[in-house]
Amino acid sequence: MSDVADRVKKIVVEHLGVEEDKVVDNASFIDDLGADSLDTVELVMAFEEEFGIEIPDDAAETIQTFGDAVKFINEAAA
Amino acid sequence: MFDLKEKNALITGASGGIGGDIAKMLHGAGATVGISGTRVEPLEALAAELGERVHILPCNLSDAEAVDALPKQAAEAMGSVDILVNNAGITRDNLFMRMSDDEWQSVINVNLTATMKLCKGVLRGMMKARWGRIVNISSVVGATGNPGQANYAASKAGMVGMSKSLAYEVASRGITVNCVAPGFITTAMTDKLTDDQKDAILKQVPAGRMGDPSEIASAVLYLASAEGGYVTGTTLHVNGGMAML
Repeated sequence: MSDVADRVKKIVVEHLGVEEDKVVDNASFIDDLGADSLDTVELVMAFEEEFGIEIPDDAAETIQTFGDAVKFINEAAA
Repeated sequence: MFDLKEKNALITGASGGIGGDIAKMLHGAGATVGISGTRVEPLEALAAELGERVHILPCNLSDAEAVDALPKQAAEAMGSVDILVNNAGITRDNLFMRMSDDEWQSVINVNLTATMKLCKGVLRGMMKARWGRIVNISSVVGATGNPGQANYAASKAGMVGMSKSLAYEVASRGITVNCVAPGFITTAMTDKLTDDQKDAILKQVPAGRMGDPSEIASAVLYLASAEGGYVTGTTLHVNGGMAML
C-alpha cells in the first residue's frame, strides 16, 4: 500500500473511530463507515492539512469513498 | 463564572458604542480580543483603554476581499478565533416604495453576507477545537419590522434564520450559534434624537428607559461563556419589554 493510502487510512480511522480493516477502497464514508455529512467535511479538511493541498468544494463532493480520497490526493500531489 | 481566559474573541463593529462595550466585557472576563471596525481611531482609543490582550484589525465589511481576509488575520494575530461576535451593521433607511437596489443590497451585504462569510471563515478552527461560540447581533426590528427599514429588518431577520440553520449543523461539535436582538440602546446615534423623539420611543418600552450598551454586552458574555454551552440557535431579546418574544 502506498504511503498516501496509509496516511489517509490513519486519518479516517482516527476521525471516524472505525476498524482499520473496514477502510477498503470501495468503502463509502457515509454508507459503510458511519460518517455524517459534517464528518465528510472534516475529513476533507484533515486531508488538506495532512497533504498541504486545497480541495475545492466541487471536488470534495466527488470524494465519497476511501479509494476516491486516495486517488484524488495522489493526483493533486502529483 | 464567565471566565474567558485563554479564549480569543473577534468582535466586528468594535468602533461603535455597542461593539466597544462587548469588547470591554469579553476582555474583562479574561479574553484576548481582536477589535475590528472601519474607523481606526476609535479602535486605537479602545485598545489603549484595554491595555494588554488587544489586537486592532481594521476592516471595511463592504469590501468582500477584506471580509474574506479578516478571519485569517484574526487567527494569525491571536492564535485562534474561539468566539466570533458579528456586531457590525449599517442602515440605509428609506420608504420601501423609494428604496433603491443599492440601498437594499449594501445593507444586506454588510449585515447579512459579511456575517455569513465571517462565520464560515472561523468555523474550521472551531470544528477542530471542538469548541466555538458565535454571537450575531440582530435587532428587535428583525422580529417586529419597522417602517423605513425593510432592508435592515430583512438583514436582521435573515441573520436569525441563518444562525439557527448553522446552529443545527455544528451543535455536535461543541459550537453554539446564537443571536442577541437589542431594542433601543443609548448610543451616539440615539444621543442625536430630540426629546420629543425620545419620548415617543420610550412610550413603546415598558421599562421606561433605553438600554445601556453594557446590557447588550452582558448578554453576549453569557452566550460566549462555557456556562452558556447548552444554549444554541436562540435569540436573546434585550429590549426592556418592548417586544416580548
